[in-house]
Amino acid sequence: MKVFTYSPGGTHLEEEKWTKDKVFVSLQPPSVAVIPLVQHTGAPNTPLVKIGDNVKIGSILGSSPAPISAPVHASISGQVIAIEDRLCPTGAKVQSVVIKNDFKDEWVNCEGVASLEEISPEEIVKKIRDCGIVGLGGAAFPTSVKLSPPVGKVIDTVIANGAECEPYLTTDYRVMLEYSDQVINGLLIELKVLKAKKGVIAVEDNKVDAAELLLNAIREKNLENLIEVVLVKTKYPQGGEKQLIKAILGREVPSEGLPLDVGVVVQNVGTLKAISEAIFEGKPLIDRGITISGTVIKNPGNYIVRIGTPVSEIIEQVGGLNRRLRKLIFGGPMTGVAQSSIEVPVVKGTSGILFFGEEAFTMAPEEETPCIRCSRCVDHCPTGLMPVLIDHAYRRNDLKLSESLNAVDCIECGVCSYVCPAKRHLTDNIKKAKQAILKQRRIEAAKKAAFEKLRAKKEQEKAQKEVGK
Amino acid sequence: MNSDMVDLTISAAPHVRDKIKTPHLMRDVIIALLPATIGGLVIFGLRHTLGVIVVSVVSAVAAEYIGNVLFRRKNSIKDLSASVTGLLLALILPPTSPYWMVVVGAFSAILLGKAIFGSVGSNPFNPALVGRAVLMVSWTTFMTTWVKPFYWSGMGAMSTATMATVTGIDAVTTATPLSIIKFQGLQPLLQMFGSRSQLYLALFLGNRPGCIGETSVLLLLIGGVYLILRKVIDWKIPLCFIGSVFILSFIFGRDPIFSILSGGLFLGAFFMATDYSSSPLTSRGKLLYGIFLGFITVIIRQFGPYPEGVMFSILLGNMVVPYFDKLRPHVYGVFKRKGEA
Repeated sequence: MKVFTYSPGGTHLEEEKWTKDKVFVSLQPPSVAVIPLVQHTGAPNTPLVKIGDNVKIGSILGSSPAPISAPVHASISGQVIAIEDRLCPTGAKVQSVVIKNDFKDEWVNCEGVASLEEISPEEIVKKIRDCGIVGLGGAAFPTSVKLSPPVGKVIDTVIANGAECEPYLTTDYRVMLEYSDQVINGLLIELKVLKAKKGVIAVEDNKVDAAELLLNAIREKNLENLIEVVLVKTKYPQGGEKQLIKAILGREVPSEGLPLDVGVVVQNVGTLKAISEAIFEGKPLIDRGITISGTVIKNPGNYIVRIGTPVSEIIEQVGGLNRRLRKLIFGGPMTGVAQSSIEVPVVKGTSGILFFGEEAFTMAPEEETPCIRCSRCVDHCPTGLMPVLIDHAYRRNDLKLSESLNAVDCIECGVCSYVCPAKRHLTDNIKKAKQAILKQRRIEAAKKAAFEKLRAKKEQEKAQKEVGK
Repeated sequence: MNSDMVDLTISAAPHVRDKIKTPHLMRDVIIALLPATIGGLVIFGLRHTLGVIVVSVVSAVAAEYIGNVLFRRKNSIKDLSASVTGLLLALILPPTSPYWMVVVGAFSAILLGKAIFGSVGSNPFNPALVGRAVLMVSWTTFMTTWVKPFYWSGMGAMSTATMATVTGIDAVTTATPLSIIKFQGLQPLLQMFGSRSQLYLALFLGNRPGCIGETSVLLLLIGGVYLILRKVIDWKIPLCFIGSVFILSFIFGRDPIFSILSGGLFLGAFFMATDYSSSPLTSRGKLLYGIFLGFITVIIRQFGPYPEGVMFSILLGNMVVPYFDKLRPHVYGVFKRKGEA
């Protein structure tokens, strides 16, 4: 198989995929589940349950009429004991439904279809939305939105993202090995909805076994003309949506655009599995595969965990901690979010939870030394930015310069900070510069809109006066 | 759960960093300079040369310390950048340099070349070359007094005058191959070394008059390749620099092989022009910067009053680095449409 890759930039990281060979094990449902009403990128849900209500697994807890949104479901059966703001893995407090488990494990009635012939593309999109499916790679963008491109946008290729380039994480790898049929079915569903000609499953070349397994499954189903399996070079951030599209199709997503602008939809393999289960089993997104790893957790492995399970329950169920826990990371070590409490719950976008002790501070020293202009950040940026210059501009509060250096195109992969020999917080500062620029643009757009409104009003008054004459 | 088992700290991503830190890079540069340094000691004799190197490094580190105190900065001696500057300065001084002059050079390099601009990484010029330039214009005689290789072993038979009066060293002076070719032509040089191929070999191995660390192309190449393989420096600047000197020398009718082997080109190209803070950041910038340096070097050698142009070409190149930095890489997804500048 030919090995594709993007260039320039990126870096090879220590893989640390210790849990590679650990088969998925289902954790017990938690005694209390904390289910945030916003677990996706988009409009928040309003609660549909009250304190004291009894819910079953799959009961809808909250939804929103907004187009970019996804409902959330109960992941355990039991009683709603609170609806209040709780700390979320993003670091924000989010309105959450707290359910006390009655351990009856009762499900709502879920029904799927037996074959794709029975269901229209519109019904598929609706079902995916009703099941609360979002991107499971981390960004948690509502899948139904990705599957509804605006009129006029033609999608020719759907890429199943099995690159999993973040160190430690092995969730997608295990999904490809253990749920290969669901991944392929999920891809077929997307191809049908998007009327796309080609599906491509992209796997990093450190997971050749997964690629071969998928390829054999595709051959058995006689789908070789429709679905292709390709290897991509093991290089971070190969699994970045934009990098993957460039590597496989040679296309570049325009600045501030979306993959659909170049006729592509990229979907994480875990999401495809969830889509398949939603359509064929009617199963809403109430659990997901997660890699539990790190130096201080006993029994690292891959686990199927109910959404809403607090980390404290996971620690107990897998056997506890070896040593004192100093850093708890949701996601991978390159882009994940460090947590301030072990009470945060697993949400739809949680691909892994990493536990580290004191060594976290040698893995990522906090202290910065002066920039020596070595140009490593420039050489390794997969977007072609000049991180050192954006960092300087941000520190001087020069938003205009940051903007002209294309700070908004940063994909926040963390490579610049990783390679920096002076250990400067480049990624973090570029992220902040990017946010500041986008905020300023919003303010300016609002100002402009207000001004236009005022002018329209003035002109209307003028016109009325003239009529009055 | 036992609560003292959990003591969480938050920090921004990424939560893992490469192990390479600034001092590791500086240490690699020092390692890469060791062959040429040892070569210099062998070629020009331990007696005075070692003194020059030690005095230069010690003064540079002392100057760094004074700079830190003066500008109220954190102690930066441990990052090894001052040691690198001190060693580089020693290698671009004549073996007979008086110690007091070395001290002045090292202090100029660190204080004028670096400390006044800010911490490490802020200097627009290569500090070692600033030090050398100060000495060059202040004590031109000392800076253009050369001894023959192995003079200490009595092999320097073609003596012209003793240096004893000026440096206190019992040595004989001579001229560098570049100055011979500039002021007397190729013929005397060929007489001196025997034949053209013997001349090339002598230049390649370093058996010729010159600065302490500049003479042996072989030893400099070993160090340079080491730095490239360790990814401490990029190949672009040295290759373009040496390549453009080769091609332009040929165009000007000079012997291209002699041109790249003589003078301080290899030392300059691998160790001076690649100085992080005074060289361009981008790939395209590095390519053009190397070519620019080669061009200026040949122009100085051809038309200037000095036989060698590497030092001034790099210092001149340092000045225009901000312009080379404007040659930015292609940003993913950003396309200039027609009519847009």
